[in-house]
Amino acid sequence: MKRAHRYDVIVVGAGGAGLMAARYAAQNPNVSVAVISKLYPTRSHTGAAQGGVGAALGNITEDRPEWHAFDTIKGGDYLTDQDVAEAFAYEVIDAVYELEHMGLPFSRTPDGRIAQRKFGGHTREFGKSAVERACYAADRTGHMILQTLYQQSIKDNVTFFNEFHVLDIVIVDGECRGVVAFELATGELHTFHAKSTVIASGGNGRMFKVTSNAHALTGDLMSVVYRRGIPIEDPEFYQFHPTGLYRIGVLLTEGARGEGGILRNGSGERFMERYAPTIKDLAPRDMVSRAMYFEIRDGNGVGPDKDYIHLDLTHIDREIIESRLPDITEFARIYLGVDPVTEPVPVQPTAHYAMGGIPTNIDTEVIRDGNDTVVPGLYAAGEVACASLHGANRLGTNSLGDLIVFGRRAGVNAARFAAASPYGELPKTVQDYTHELLQRLRHGLGKEKVAHIRKELQTTMMDHASVFRTQETLSRQVEILRELKERYQSVGVEDGGQQYNTELMEAVELGFLLDNAEQLVHGALNRTESRGAHSREDYKERDDDSWLKHTLIYREGDGVRIDFKPVTLGKYEPKPRVY
Amino acid sequence: MQITVKIKRFDPEKDKRSRWTEYRLEANPMDRVLDVLNEIKWEQDGSLSYRRSCAHGICGSDAMLINGVNRLACKVLIKDLGNDIAIEPIRGLPVEKDLIVDMESFFDSYEAVLPYFINDDPVPAGERLQSPEEREIFDASTKCILCACCTTSCPVFWVNGRYLGPAAIVNAHRFIFDSRDRGTDQRLEVLNQPNGLWRCRTAYNCTEACPRDIPVTKAIEDVKRVLLWRTS
Repeated sequence: MKRAHRYDVIVVGAGGAGLMAARYAAQNPNVSVAVISKLYPTRSHTGAAQGGVGAALGNITEDRPEWHAFDTIKGGDYLTDQDVAEAFAYEVIDAVYELEHMGLPFSRTPDGRIAQRKFGGHTREFGKSAVERACYAADRTGHMILQTLYQQSIKDNVTFFNEFHVLDIVIVDGECRGVVAFELATGELHTFHAKSTVIASGGNGRMFKVTSNAHALTGDLMSVVYRRGIPIEDPEFYQFHPTGLYRIGVLLTEGARGEGGILRNGSGERFMERYAPTIKDLAPRDMVSRAMYFEIRDGNGVGPDKDYIHLDLTHIDREIIESRLPDITEFARIYLGVDPVTEPVPVQPTAHYAMGGIPTNIDTEVIRDGNDTVVPGLYAAGEVACASLHGANRLGTNSLGDLIVFGRRAGVNAARFAAASPYGELPKTVQDYTHELLQRLRHGLGKEKVAHIRKELQTTMMDHASVFRTQETLSRQVEILRELKERYQSVGVEDGGQQYNTELMEAVELGFLLDNAEQLVHGALNRTESRGAHSREDYKERDDDSWLKHTLIYREGDGVRIDFKPVTLGKYEPKPRVY
Repeated sequence: MQITVKIKRFDPEKDKRSRWTEYRLEANPMDRVLDVLNEIKWEQDGSLSYRRSCAHGICGSDAMLINGVNRLACKVLIKDLGNDIAIEPIRGLPVEKDLIVDMESFFDSYEAVLPYFINDDPVPAGERLQSPEEREIFDASTKCILCACCTTSCPVFWVNGRYLGPAAIVNAHRFIFDSRDRGTDQRLEVLNQPNGLWRCRTAYNCTEACPRDIPVTKAIEDVKRVLLWRTS
């Protein structure tokens, strides 16, 4: 077999979750660990996270982990598994201190503690008022987490395979035995034989036209496992962040509103007062994004086409804006030519985060059905996974918390499993599937261009399956996806070379994106209720009697099969969600 | 607006040396150079190769020499360049294909300065304390995204590829000036070597090239002063 490697633990992805998993796996002296990443680790999209990581440190005012757990559950519109949220709210405190001990340069309070600020949906005493829970490093908290974890991985001498693109996962007799990856520099395939595999490869926002997500976020592993019979949980819950830069979607942190920023419509009104009287602009993202669309639809948008909203920071001191929000200030200046210190910034909701993903239990073990049957040797953490911490809508800052808490759990558990298990045998044909996949694309008819299909995918997903959905738009999108997949069969790749064939990789990624869109649209069409980020205009209410359950989508033949999994409830009874 | 983009290309499987290829296309003045590269790749020539990911100046993938200046392709707009644009790979690192260079030696230099937090004291139950003033001293150098714009604009580095280079020194600065860190002596030992800090000739190219507005040359000078102080 060509290019064979063997590590006890393989981590796929080198963002926050992957680096945390690698670090903790490597602390087990009995196992070898390697990280495979399609980018250089420091290019991972964790680095684009801005506002903060939520943890009830109470450095500014009193805070408690049970309040954080409750906010997470309510923010998730009660689809959050409550045991997961409780464990998370306690562990994230410890994890944030640990990051500080690794040297992470948090911003500081006057008395030298980690600085904290308000963020959407984070409250004290179960919803009474907004609370300062987001621990931040200016508006580049994700950058600092990624840098700090990468720095530690250098200290720990972690083995990396950079610019290796995982295209298949090896599942034999129901257990995971490693992955197959494409080396971008040479065009060669490599087999990574492993006892434990941790998937931490991030999200899939590139299926939408306006997104905060990097070009690299094409849902690769959500598709790879789906093609191998593992379901995807809750793909219909996709978050649109309220404040993307108008048209280009670049993220402006919710921390801007945490520092006092206000959303205004075309007549200058602070419209969030009508939608969330208590916490106003700091309502959870799903509610704010919908409110913005309502305003635009009612003719209250801003601009010549009345199709955007203003984020107004002009009443905040220049010094606070420049010191606490320097990056987003620069984004507005560069990309829109607008100075947030003196002018309101044009914003619109931007595709941001997949609440759903590869289903796992609370210990990050991947499960394959509604009975929580574990796939031995396979783990997932971070955005690619669904534990389900975020339920139907993630609260701001909980993605970074998720990475460090569940990345750590994945590393520990994967290493423990590997230390106690033998290597399973690999089939001789292990690379055949991937080889054929690439050959098909390399020698495709070339009647269709990857870029054209991708653009149509992104535009139609935005029109039919984004913030608002109906039976009609979703059914139309099912048809469109069927047609796009058909056309994808005849795409071609002009670059015949082996080395750095980025065109070939874009073609592969488009196939992944089409699978991700299929999962989302079928989940959304099937769920005839509105909950969290999934808003059906033809079924406007949450329906706990029929729908307080997780979706599981399987690929079956050319279509999909849908199953369900119960929500783990706890002390918080589902209630109407008002803020 | 109609623009002409000249790109220095190199296909390792076909070319002996690099060649300029010219593309004409319609662009919006507010487009990023990365948008234009994408347009060329997606509509005119699929084989054009470059690195990119976040598209807004955070991931550090797309450093290039654009109209003679090192910049991130996602952070410079067409309106600021005019109708004629020339794009080359960053200098001083081996070209792999088109605008993609081999970054290994760049990361080796980064790793050489021990770019990680060193403090073996027992950890407190909560955070280590640090005043906002102490935090501010090294704020700028925490912004580094390792894009290599600075190092590959440095004339000393062009001549001597073993020079650690500004990016590595900035990352040493980030820890040397962190009140919580205890690894300064180890780092200074690395920086004091023949291909270390003293190679800097304060050309200021690095400061001008930095897409994160880090005062790179000043950071290097600050570290020089610490080293002089320690060794005198």
